Amino acid sequence: MKHLLSLIGFTCALQLVQAQGNITGNMETTFQYLNEDSIINAKQPVQKGLLNSYMNVFYTQGNFKAGMRLESYLPRIQGYPNRFDGTGIGMRYVGYQNNFVDVTLGSFYEQFGSGLALRTYEDRNLGYDNLLDGVRIVLRPGKGLVVKGVYGNQRLSFQKGQMIHGAGLVRGVDGEFHLNEGLSFMKDKALDVVLGASFVSKFQEDDNPDWILPQNVGVYGGRVKLAYKNFYADAEFMQKEQDPSSDNKYIYNYGHAAVFNLRYTQKCLGILISGKSVDNMSFRSDRTKDLQDVLINYLPSLNKTHTYNLVATLYPYATQPMGEVAYQADILYTFKKGSKLGGKYGTTVGLNFSTTYQPKHTLNGIDLNDSSRVVYHCRPFDLSDSLYWQDINFNVTKKLNKKWSGILSFYDIKINNDVVKVSEAKGIIHARIAVLEGTYKINTHHALRWELQGMWVQKNAAGLNDKGNWATALVEYTISPGWFFSFMNQYNYGNADVSKRVNYPIITCGYIKDATRLTVSYGRQRAGLFCVGGVCRPVPANNGLMINLTHSF
Amino acid sequence: MKKVLFSLFVAFLALQATAQDAHVEANVAKKVPSVKLVDMKGKAVNTAELTANGPVIISFWATWCAPCKKELNTVHELYADWVEETGVTLVAVAIDDEKTKSQVPVYVNGKAWDYVVLMDPNWDFKRAMGVNNVPHTFLVDKEGNIVYSHNNYAPGDEEKLYQELLKLSGK
Repeated sequence: MKHLLSLIGFTCALQLVQAQGNITGNMETTFQYLNEDSIINAKQPVQKGLLNSYMNVFYTQGNFKAGMRLESYLPRIQGYPNRFDGTGIGMRYVGYQNNFVDVTLGSFYEQFGSGLALRTYEDRNLGYDNLLDGVRIVLRPGKGLVVKGVYGNQRLSFQKGQMIHGAGLVRGVDGEFHLNEGLSFMKDKALDVVLGASFVSKFQEDDNPDWILPQNVGVYGGRVKLAYKNFYADAEFMQKEQDPSSDNKYIYNYGHAAVFNLRYTQKCLGILISGKSVDNMSFRSDRTKDLQDVLINYLPSLNKTHTYNLVATLYPYATQPMGEVAYQADILYTFKKGSKLGGKYGTTVGLNFSTTYQPKHTLNGIDLNDSSRVVYHCRPFDLSDSLYWQDINFNVTKKLNKKWSGILSFYDIKINNDVVKVSEAKGIIHARIAVLEGTYKINTHHALRWELQGMWVQKNAAGLNDKGNWATALVEYTISPGWFFSFMNQYNYGNADVSKRVNYPIITCGYIKDATRLTVSYGRQRAGLFCVGGVCRPVPANNGLMINLTHSF
Repeated sequence: MKKVLFSLFVAFLALQATAQDAHVEANVAKKVPSVKLVDMKGKAVNTAELTANGPVIISFWATWCAPCKKELNTVHELYADWVEETGVTLVAVAIDDEKTKSQVPVYVNGKAWDYVVLMDPNWDFKRAMGVNNVPHTFLVDKEGNIVYSHNNYAPGDEEKLYQELLKLSGK
């Protein structure tokens, strides 16, 4: 009797779900069988086989929403953070949403403005997930106006199949107003204005025996976006209160982060100039953590994300949250079809320059021996002469005829390895990279693509050039829409240590059917953003077999 | 009592079977979920309302994704014809986060694209649509049902997309 009733209940529920609900989601599973490879320092794990999987399921019915992600690490693949194990629910929420209110209870990802104060996000390829677990309310009280409030604990790790929270509590409120949507007299104005402001606060108990630590630490500031015809400008400034932490060695300085972008665009032309200033801006919900753990804010580096593997994998730059001043210029221009330089199909030229310096610290009136633990002054955008990073690069993209197209790129990169520490070398590493890529379209469905890459690392005053010169060759054969085959080899031919002149060959095959994608690869891989057969994902260094299956539904 | 309940249950099952037949079409199709994004100027757009003017191609891309740019540049050359023949709109959803987001309008204008471009810097729409990697391209009918999707780009894939688009337009 009881069973019959519950059966009816279940059938009713099923009926309801099937009749009106909408389910979306995706899954990914990655298997690795790894070999010992002492030459590239790749270790064989004791289990030999490694398996990462996850599946997202999102359900909406009318205004109701719910979702969850199941994760499984049996054990985690190489390069993944070491605090992932077991199988269980890594994210789940329920919520209600209409045009006025959007309430989420449980896990959520949120970004205020450009993320200088708060950004929770996930990147499953990297194993990064700093979601907030608690409550989020988004209100849209009038046209163009959005007010958000968040309250919760951050995800720190995933152990024995369970989400582990960070020690602190995160609270925040953000408002943004698009004047042209909200104010009738601004409706048809050529000047487009967006204003916004954020306040984020974290609470963590003071359990430190040596210092009196602030238990509540706030970050606050505002932003503005202006657009007028072909011109665009935006800026955001955030100030952080005293936040002694293991990142800043328990100093009591205030911190700041500021960004601005100036842009001019017209048909076939885009110009961008950006600037950024950061000082003492690491902001975590647990002051004792480091690396990628429980970061509340997001401070990306100000430079182009490169994809060719030598440029992307060997000397990448990441923001120094303790302080940096950076500038970037980016230009893209397309010579029109039929013009002298444009030819039959047009020619695109891109130019990009980025540079980053250590900020200038002064000691005006500061007594390092007093008890304030304020140890320097730092003004926004005031830079020292210590270079952290510089990148000058350009590329030309050209379709020659119906069959042939190609891209020629050149990069000149300087990276301060005393600060960034991407390898063993001391001081500034100076690398020049050239890449030639060609695609030959055999017929409607068959195409052959190849890349030739060379990296020349300049010798410093001591005659050293880190790992020396590199060359990469890649060939990829695609049969649209279902198949691809590729072979790539990287060769460290210029290493001063002859025994380390290593080849990194890898072969990859893939099969794609609509939203399902299966790839199998075998060989050696360097760490970095790895692009093959049409998709890019970051991978760690290893040697062995990798099988990856993704599906969307 | 038990008997009555049992016959009720059987009747219910029968009812559900017919109801399911009627809903079979609706159940198979996945709808574009509602996520609030902004365009390059900051104007709010509800993703569930993208199909107000006819069928839509939703293409997830990023400035750092070479195959994505190859796909959208290839379609760019064919786009005027596709619009004329089928009334389709291409919505290019940039998943660039704050690191490269400001480069999106530089690329879009530098390449003179005529697409609707939406910004998804915190991957809300990417997550809701179940996108694992970019490029991922969806074809959506004017009722908002996703009728075709493809997670890759190789030269020639635009041909398959065009065939699906013609099928959708009944041509």
